Amino acid sequence: MGSYILKRLGQSLFTVVIVVISVFMLLRLMPTTGYFTREDYVNLDETARTAYLRNLGVLDNPVVQFGRFMGGLAKGDLGRSISIYPRTPVTAVIAEKAPYSIYFGLVSIVLSMAVGLGLGVSMARHKDGFADGAGTVYVTIVRAIPSLIWLFLIQQWVSGVMGWPMVFYSDRPVSWILPLVSFSLSGIAWYAIWLRRFMVDEENRDYVKFATSKGLSKKRVMRSHVLRNALVPLVQYFPQQILLTIAGSLLIESIYSIPGMGGLLVNAIRQQDNPLVQALVLLYAVLGVLGVFLGDLLMVFVDPRIKLEGSSGKAA
Amino acid sequence: MRREPTRLGPELFRPAPFDEAAAELTGYARYSYWRSTFRTFLKSPVSIFLLALIVVLVAASFAYPILSPTDPNKVELETSLWNAKPGAGHPFGTDGLGRDIWARTWHGTRTSMLLGIVIAVLDVGVGMIAGALWGYVRRLDRFMTELYNVLNNIPQTVFLILLTYIMRPGFWTIVTALCSTGWIGIARFVRNKVITIRDAEYNVASRCLGTPLHRMISRNVLPYLVSILIMEAALTIPYSIGSEVFLGFIGLGLPIETVSLGNLVNLGKNNFMLYPYQLAWPTLVLAAITVSFYIVGNRFADASDPRNHV
Repeated sequence: MGSYILKRLGQSLFTVVIVVISVFMLLRLMPTTGYFTREDYVNLDETARTAYLRNLGVLDNPVVQFGRFMGGLAKGDLGRSISIYPRTPVTAVIAEKAPYSIYFGLVSIVLSMAVGLGLGVSMARHKDGFADGAGTVYVTIVRAIPSLIWLFLIQQWVSGVMGWPMVFYSDRPVSWILPLVSFSLSGIAWYAIWLRRFMVDEENRDYVKFATSKGLSKKRVMRSHVLRNALVPLVQYFPQQILLTIAGSLLIESIYSIPGMGGLLVNAIRQQDNPLVQALVLLYAVLGVLGVFLGDLLMVFVDPRIKLEGSSGKAA
Repeated sequence: MRREPTRLGPELFRPAPFDEAAAELTGYARYSYWRSTFRTFLKSPVSIFLLALIVVLVAASFAYPILSPTDPNKVELETSLWNAKPGAGHPFGTDGLGRDIWARTWHGTRTSMLLGIVIAVLDVGVGMIAGALWGYVRRLDRFMTELYNVLNNIPQTVFLILLTYIMRPGFWTIVTALCSTGWIGIARFVRNKVITIRDAEYNVASRCLGTPLHRMISRNVLPYLVSILIMEAALTIPYSIGSEVFLGFIGLGLPIETVSLGNLVNLGKNNFMLYPYQLAWPTLVLAAITVSFYIVGNRFADASDPRNHV
């Protein structure tokens, strides 16, 4: 097990390095005019522009730039934002915004697990009954209709009907309700649909017939046999979901004006804020890869039948 | 006393007539995978209805721009024609510049459908070949798994913005950006399926007989994946249409002069408080399409699973 963990950590590190280098080099392909705001570009003359770019360090050879980035990283310095929060250290930007996304993300994971797993269990228990039908309609709406549409309608209608504020205020808990619900809706659908699928699959297994013929009640069979086995494939995704809450949600955070991480990456890319993009890509890649790795370990922990050291095909 | 050996000849055999009842009994004789798949799929009236709805909506969106002379981008100079309510001249009303929303909805549906279909064909085509090789050729596994991890962790926005510099923002930019990461998800799905049939006995036998790789993949492996690929294509279409709406929201979608459902939804959203119908009608058509594709794709997946065949 120890050597397997080391090997996987090595592979994960390799992936992260490749991702960071790729994004770093892709950013260097962007035209240098992107580093200026429109007014600056018009107002500055050619020498001033070159001086500015040289000062940013983007005129150097990309390999030299990458060396500088790695040097800073080794000292825990991710650089300073260029255009979005001019001259603010990137770490300070993330430290200020991340708590909002993490808070909403974690509470919504708890909420979607509680509601989603409950819905999934009742859909599987009453297969083809009312709960199953209603659940399927819900899942279809959430998964098939672009989320922008229903997120927007929820904000417009529910806040109107309930008299709740339309945007987020950090000091008014009533304004937290709708963003939280919005964060959870697709998670609920995800848990419900997969738990139902896995439970229905498990119910046809021989051990279930055996347990039933042994005289166990249906409730008991469901709880201590079917549910336990059906949760195994889901458990794999928990760590990644928890770690990536830091990324927030672009749509929800911009609809409710929550100052979280959601739109940060897209905005940083659009405004060519290289240090910010690099830091975020590094952060998300590390957490994403680490999440997959922890997910595999957690699955072994939950289900002792699964062995990771075997063929690489199964573990991947 | 040597007995004369019996000579084999047709007179010794009596052909059995085909007995349908007996054939039913064994349950194998007349089983055809595709017939059972379609029979299971078409058994549900909901599937038939949604399939018909898709055909009607797609046909309407492709026929309308040919048949109707209404220009979806024609701006009215008369302010009294702006933001008109749905009525005789304009079934879905007009928008803030007097453009006819009925015409825009059908032109937009055509753009979004084309986008969805092109992306689905490219994603599934590339994903199928790459996935089959990935699953079948063991030496590729390390490389492809790594490529998957890397592509999965590079934000799509980076590709998209870079592409808008290289190409002009437009239809093919979005297609390229969505496909550049979309194919590998399908490839991975195909790969997992291929691994389960790679070492089935008939494939081991084929390999021992020296069947070349391209024939192994095209004859022994891919036919088992056709139903999965149809399902993936059906589900990629609503996903792509939804992505276009999202990209329009963050300002990286199709140029605003291109009429698409994404642009219509984002425009309608801005005027929702005053003129809710400007959002409602395009949204209804969009939802009808994505929901139909989603349900049809899932039902087809269920029907193609032999466990659901009777």
